[in-house]
Amino acid sequence: MKLEIVAQKLNLKQINEIAQVEVSSGYASDLLSDVLARAKNGALWVTNHKHTNIIGVAVMLNLAGVIIAGGVEPDAGTVEKAKEEKISLFTTDLTLYEVVGRMYELGIRGCC
Amino acid sequence: MEVGDVDAGTSLHYSFEVQGGDFGKAGDASSKVKRILQQIGADPEIVRRVAVACYEAEMNVVIHAHRGTVTLDADLKYITITIEDVGPGIEDVEMAMEPGFSTAPDSVREMGFGAGMGLPNMKNCSNELHIESTKDVGTIVRMIFENA
Repeated sequence: MKLEIVAQKLNLKQINEIAQVEVSSGYASDLLSDVLARAKNGALWVTNHKHTNIIGVAVMLNLAGVIIAGGVEPDAGTVEKAKEEKISLFTTDLTLYEVVGRMYELGIRGCC
Repeated sequence: MEVGDVDAGTSLHYSFEVQGGDFGKAGDASSKVKRILQQIGADPEIVRRVAVACYEAEMNVVIHAHRGTVTLDADLKYITITIEDVGPGIEDVEMAMEPGFSTAPDSVREMGFGAGMGLPNMKNCSNELHIESTKDVGTIVRMIFENA
């Protein structure tokens, strides 16, 4: 499924330009090493973190994008870095659990 | 040296500085390493493994050390990442390799780092991992990846 369709269906708040990419799978974790170890290329990652390093992780893994859940706003540096690295960044008032559930309903599965 | 195809007998060598405690720039060196490997047309799966391992090692410098250097060496057969830092060193390397063991401060754990998964990740991603550390001097981490 295209990232922009997922963003639309989940009513995500778009922070920067949405990349024209396919979402391969989903991942949810707030442990960065866990994401680095397991999230697959093209995964859409749901987290509660708002700091710059979430973009660094997304770049390393070629993630489709990052959703910051729970009504948390990203740091200014995070927004800047997301634009610079062209990593699609979203926020939502939905909790992490709710976002993951809705992604699963759309047919987006985990990666392992 | 120009970035281009790696022909037989040629090799790449790049070095990048890492500043301890600078979380804003953390990951930049690994990002550059990843871009270079993509430019030379390395296998995407190997690029992913090098990127993840390099990022983990770079974060260790940012979290624990004063400063460090990330060096990339690549030829047709091997990609080698060497991370050398000036810092506190690792007291017990064997213990540090245990999944879940961490000496990271709470402030860093709150950011989602310091789960004790970094070194195990580096080991899983690389074909060879070598760590030399001297207390109160620093640490040298060398990771070798077979360039298929």
